[in-house]
Amino acid sequence: MKVLIAKPGLDGHDRGAKVVALALRDAGVEVVYSGLKRTPDEIVQEAIQEDVDVIGLSVLSGAHLLLSCRVIEGLRAYGAEEIKVVVGGIIPPRDVAELRKLGVAHVFPMGTPLPEIIKVFTKEASER
Amino acid sequence: MKEIRAHAGFPIKPVYGPEDVADVDFERDIGRPGEYPFTRGIHTHMYRARPWTMRQYVGFGTPKETNSRFKYLMAHGQDALNVAFDLPTQLGLDSDDRRAEGEVGRVGMAIDTLADMEEAFAGIPLDRVSVSLTINGMAAAITAMYYAVAEKQGAAADRVVTTPQNDILKEFIARGTWIYPVEPSLRLVADLIEFSAKHYPRSNPVSVCGYHIREAGCTTAQEMAYGLEIAAAYVELMLARGIPVDDFAPRISFNFTAWGKIFEEVAKFRAGRRLYARMLRGRFGAKNPKSWMFRTLIGGGGSAFVVQEPENNIVRGAYIALAGALSGAQTMALPTYDEAYTIPSAKAQLIALRTMQICAEESGAADTVDPLAGSYYVEALTSAMETQILEEMARVERMGGIVEAVKGGALQAEVARQAYLFEQKLVSGEIPKVGANCHVGDKAAEADREVELYAFDPQVAAAQVAKLERIRRDRDNSAAARALRHLSDEARSTGNLMYPILEAVRAYATLGEIARAMKDVFGEHKEPVRF
Repeated sequence: MKVLIAKPGLDGHDRGAKVVALALRDAGVEVVYSGLKRTPDEIVQEAIQEDVDVIGLSVLSGAHLLLSCRVIEGLRAYGAEEIKVVVGGIIPPRDVAELRKLGVAHVFPMGTPLPEIIKVFTKEASER
Repeated sequence: MKEIRAHAGFPIKPVYGPEDVADVDFERDIGRPGEYPFTRGIHTHMYRARPWTMRQYVGFGTPKETNSRFKYLMAHGQDALNVAFDLPTQLGLDSDDRRAEGEVGRVGMAIDTLADMEEAFAGIPLDRVSVSLTINGMAAAITAMYYAVAEKQGAAADRVVTTPQNDILKEFIARGTWIYPVEPSLRLVADLIEFSAKHYPRSNPVSVCGYHIREAGCTTAQEMAYGLEIAAAYVELMLARGIPVDDFAPRISFNFTAWGKIFEEVAKFRAGRRLYARMLRGRFGAKNPKSWMFRTLIGGGGSAFVVQEPENNIVRGAYIALAGALSGAQTMALPTYDEAYTIPSAKAQLIALRTMQICAEESGAADTVDPLAGSYYVEALTSAMETQILEEMARVERMGGIVEAVKGGALQAEVARQAYLFEQKLVSGEIPKVGANCHVGDKAAEADREVELYAFDPQVAAAQVAKLERIRRDRDNSAAARALRHLSDEARSTGNLMYPILEAVRAYATLGEIARAMKDVFGEHKEPVRF
């Protein structure tokens, strides 16, 4: 199982992304981290090249709807819709359903305990 | 008995007594307030002479919207401003740049040209209000715009008090709004410090931030250690230009957080003040006592707050304010209780401001200077913190110094490791958070519906782009192009870039154009991705 933790858009807060990446690595998952400020297209390309099972997007700037939509559209355009997308960050409750509608498999709003996040990642990957 | 540790890592004893402060030498280590080594505070009478400045962090949407929130807070007794810019502005992208899509006016106000800065500060006299600008990668350009607005208002240069953050090293470590590679980024930091020291003697052209590094996960001792290392790096930059230390050091300021354990925070600031004073006087040979003073904003720290039962964050904010007051803050800013969800509402901003006012006026915390001095616990903790900070500074030196540690990513990796350790302590309950990992209420999960969410208006971007297009159409394009060419030429050479940047700003060149003129020469930073 392989995961890409990615930071789309301009947001520079990577604490959450790195903590999740470290926790996944400790859980025996192969993790790639994109680094900051990647465009949705760069993230899609990296996910395909690295042949990951899941992309975890971390967005704290409020631009999560647009950025998630762009990543999912990109995966479709490349015929890579088997790669699941999950999203974490400052996600207001009202946007969770909206993200699910876009095709996001799971949303981790503020305050989601770390073990819960790791459990979902490992489950998503094993179901693929 | 349960073991308890400071966030810095060392154990806390159940009882402290005279034996714990036997090594403390009063004259050498503590002294009097307002005197070297400033352990007790940088002013003789501290808040008895003047309360701390209250400066809530504000900015969203268009300059016009932000201008009215500024005026709202000033009408309620806030005496200074602290400006938030949106991410495209912080990264030098125009509002119509493809990469700015969805981000315009979101986490701060959008600035494209001088016209926006004029609008943001319309009716706010810049010779009477002090303004912090949370800007780093683009600090030179935004501060140039600020100086240009002040000039247009007719403010005398020696009456202009602004504090651009201008701390790029902490951006590489923690906050991410870097643009150029490390070396040219440092050149811009130094250019702004040098220019301001010469022309705007009351401005504070750099605010060294431990705050964001702590928010990114480091410990209390690391926050102070990294801040002191960064300050030393900037001092060395200026000395390398042949500028005497006392010409610029009195205007260096700091930005730190005070969330966590109250006494540990107080000890951190007391230890930090004396370490800074010793460093500036001993290592750098500063003679002016003002050069030795660790002048700091003490902010909250959104990471102290939790999303469950958000009103409890108001209480946490009050403890942060108390810690800040007992620590001897010059300026204070508190996170708002709704910050874990949304851009703060006006109501939440007002509660944060009122919290500071209650602390200053009602609590008695401001009645006397450094009231915790002489406590066995706080003095022992101050000594322990000093030892730990020095150890963390030595670790940075072993990484090759702060600049090398940042270039290679070793420091970023250490901060991420600490963030992970902290998270594990939250999961295990070793670090308690009421309502989140202990005393969890049945309705905790429901509480988020009670927070009023900021309704981001997509029209903001459209309005901003329309204004930008109008400016591009109406300005003297050849003057703007000439100024931008001049900027690129100077970037290739070694002159102070503030002069050509000011020229470009006055010609209404856009922030994106100014950033590009330098990017063409400097290139872009490649992040060392390590975790």
